[in-house]
Amino acid sequence: MLTAEEIHEIQEEFHLYPYKQAACIEALKVVQNHRRWVSDENVKDLAALLEMSVEEIDSVATFYNLIYRQPVGKYVILLCDSVSCYIMGFEAVLAHLEKSLGIKYGETTKDGRFTMLPVPCLGTCDHAPAMMVGKDLFRDLTPEKIDEILNKYE
Amino acid sequence: MERPLTKNIRPDGKPLFIKEYESLGGYQSVKKALKMQPKEITELVKKSNLKGRGGAGFNTGLKWSFVPMEGQFEHKYLVANGDEMEPGTFKDRLLIEGDPHQLIEGMIVTACAIQADEGYIFIRGEYTEAAEIVKKALAEAYEAGYLGKNILKSGFNFNLHLHTSVGRYICGEETALLNSLEGKRANPRAKPPFPQVSGLFGQPTIVNNIETLCNIPHIINNGAEWFNGLSLTPGDGGTKIFGASGKVKRPGLWELPFGVTLRELLEEHAGGMRDGLKFKGCLPGGASTDFLVEQHLDIRMDYASVAAAGSRLGTGTMIVLDDKTCPVGMVLNLEHFFAQESCGFCTPCREGLPWTEKILQKIENGKGEMKDLDLLQFHTKFMGPGNTFCALAPGAMAPLQSALKYFREDFELHIKEHKCSWK
Ligand SMILES: Cc1cc2nc3c(=O)[nH]c(=O)nc-3n(C[C@H](O)[C@H](O)[C@H](O)COP(=O)(O)O)c2cc1C
Ligand code: SF4
Ligand code: FES
Repeated sequence: MLTAEEIHEIQEEFHLYPYKQAACIEALKVVQNHRRWVSDENVKDLAALLEMSVEEIDSVATFYNLIYRQPVGKYVILLCDSVSCYIMGFEAVLAHLEKSLGIKYGETTKDGRFTMLPVPCLGTCDHAPAMMVGKDLFRDLTPEKIDEILNKYE
Repeated sequence: MERPLTKNIRPDGKPLFIKEYESLGGYQSVKKALKMQPKEITELVKKSNLKGRGGAGFNTGLKWSFVPMEGQFEHKYLVANGDEMEPGTFKDRLLIEGDPHQLIEGMIVTACAIQADEGYIFIRGEYTEAAEIVKKALAEAYEAGYLGKNILKSGFNFNLHLHTSVGRYICGEETALLNSLEGKRANPRAKPPFPQVSGLFGQPTIVNNIETLCNIPHIINNGAEWFNGLSLTPGDGGTKIFGASGKVKRPGLWELPFGVTLRELLEEHAGGMRDGLKFKGCLPGGASTDFLVEQHLDIRMDYASVAAAGSRLGTGTMIVLDDKTCPVGMVLNLEHFFAQESCGFCTPCREGLPWTEKILQKIENGKGEMKDLDLLQFHTKFMGPGNTFCALAPGAMAPLQSALKYFREDFELHIKEHKCSWK
C-alpha cells in the first residue's frame, strides 16, 4: 500500500502535466524517495493510481538505471566506469571498494549500509576518477581516500 | 579576450545568485527582448551564427524559425537539455552550477522568441547539486518577476520548471528526452514531424543545449556583429567552452574563441602531457567523436576544420589518450558504454553494439584473431549513419572506426602476442 503521504506527493505532480500518466516517472521517484526502491507491490499500486497497466509502469521503471527495482542499501555508491575515469585508473578504486566493502557491483553490504553500482560518466572528468555516495560527489579518488569517505556514512 | 559565458563564474565554482547577478548586469536582455518582436530576436540570433552546443552544431536561430508563429496552440514549450551524459563531457555542469541565472535569462529570451509559455530545465539525476542550485535560482527569478505571469508587466507569461532525470544517456537525444519528459521510456521518435512543430505533448517545442541557451543574453545585449567577432572562424559565432580530461597536466575547462588550435588547447591550456607520457590521440568532442592524432594537432577547433580532419567538434571537451594507456582497452570501455546505453529500439544498435563489445573484449583478453578486425570494420559500416533509428549507434562507431585506422598496429599486437602489452 502506498502511504497517504506518497499519494499526496504524487497527486501534487499531476497538475504539472496534461494527463496523469505523464507523471509516471515522477511517481516512481516519489516511491523511491520514501522506500529506497520500488517493489512489485508498489508498481501494482502505482498502476491503480495512474490508471495504467502494471506492465506499462514496469516498462518505464526498468528502463531507467536510477530507478531501483531491487532492494538497495542505505547509501548507493555510483562509481563512474566511463572513459576518462578508465584512463585515470578507476579500476584500482573499484578493487579497493570491493575489498573494503566485501561486495561486487549490484550487491549490498551485510549491514545494509551500501549498495555499489557502476554509472556512466559523472560529468566531472577533469577530476577523474569519481563516484557518488548517495547525493554526494567525490572526485580525484585514490584507493587511499576511499576508506575515509566510507567512514563518513553511518 | 572576452569570456561572456564564464566571466561571472567564481574560481571556486560557487553559484552566483540573483542579487549579485543583477548587480553585474544580469536580466538586462530580458527587458530588451520583451520590447522586441519575436521574429526580430530569432533573426538576430540567426545572424549571430550561434550553433547548437549540444553536439550537432545546427544554427540556433534557424532552428527557432521552424516554430510556427501563427495559429493557436495549447502550449509552446522550451526545454533546456542538461542531460550531459556523453562520457568526457563536463561543461554544462559548470554553467548550471556556476551561473544558474544566466541559463534562466537565456531561456526567458528564447521563450520570447518562440512565444513559449512553458519551459523545462532537464537535468540528469546525478547532478544533485546543480538541481538544488537551479531550484533556488528559479524561486528567486519567480520572486523577482522574471518568471510566471505578466513578466515585468509586459503581458508575457512563461513558467519554468526543473525536471530531474533518472539515468540513461539516450535521454540526451532530443526526441527521447521529450518522451522521458512525458513519463515514458526514452526511445527516440521518428522525424518528421520535428519537435519544432510537434514536440512535447504534440505541441511546438524547442530543445536547446544548456551552453547554447547561456549565449542568448549576450547576443541580445551586444548584437550579432559583436558575437561573430568573438570567434576566430568566420561563420561560427561566439566562444566555446573547451575542455580536456585524461593524463594532461592541467585537465579542465576554458572558454576560448572558435578557431584556437588543438595544439594550443593541449599544450597551453591543458599544460601538455604529464611527465613521462606522450600524446597518442584524442577524441576532440566527447566519446562519440572520431580520434584525432598527432598529425592533426595544428587544426583549428571549429565545426568545419574538425569535420575536415575526419572528426566532429561535438561537445568541445576532449579526452586525451596517452602512450601508456591501452587504446584497445579505451575503445572497449567506450563500446561497453554505448552497448549498455543503447535504448534497444532498433536491431542493428541493440544487437550490434554488444557484439562489438564482445569482440573487443576478446582482443583485449589476448584471444582475438585477425579476422575479428574485419568483423569490427564491418560493424562500423553496419551501424554507420543512416542505418539506425538515431545517432547513438553512428556515434558509437566513430571512436572505433578511427581507432582501427590510426591504432591498427596496437590491435594487431594484442592478437599476435595473445595479450595486452599495456597491462
Ligand atoms: C545519444 C545522444 C545523446 C545526446 N545527449 C545530449 C546531451 O546530453 N545534451 C545535449 O545538449 N544534447 C545531446 N544530444 C543532442 C540533442 O539531440 C540535440 O541535438 C541538442 O540538445 C540540441 O540542442 P542544440 O541545438 O542547442 O545543440 C544527444 C544526441 C544523441 C544522439
Ligand atoms: S540507434 Fe540505438 S539508441 Fe538509437 S534508437 Fe536505435 S537502439 Fe535506440
Ligand atoms: S568519465 Fe568519469 S566523470 Fe567523466
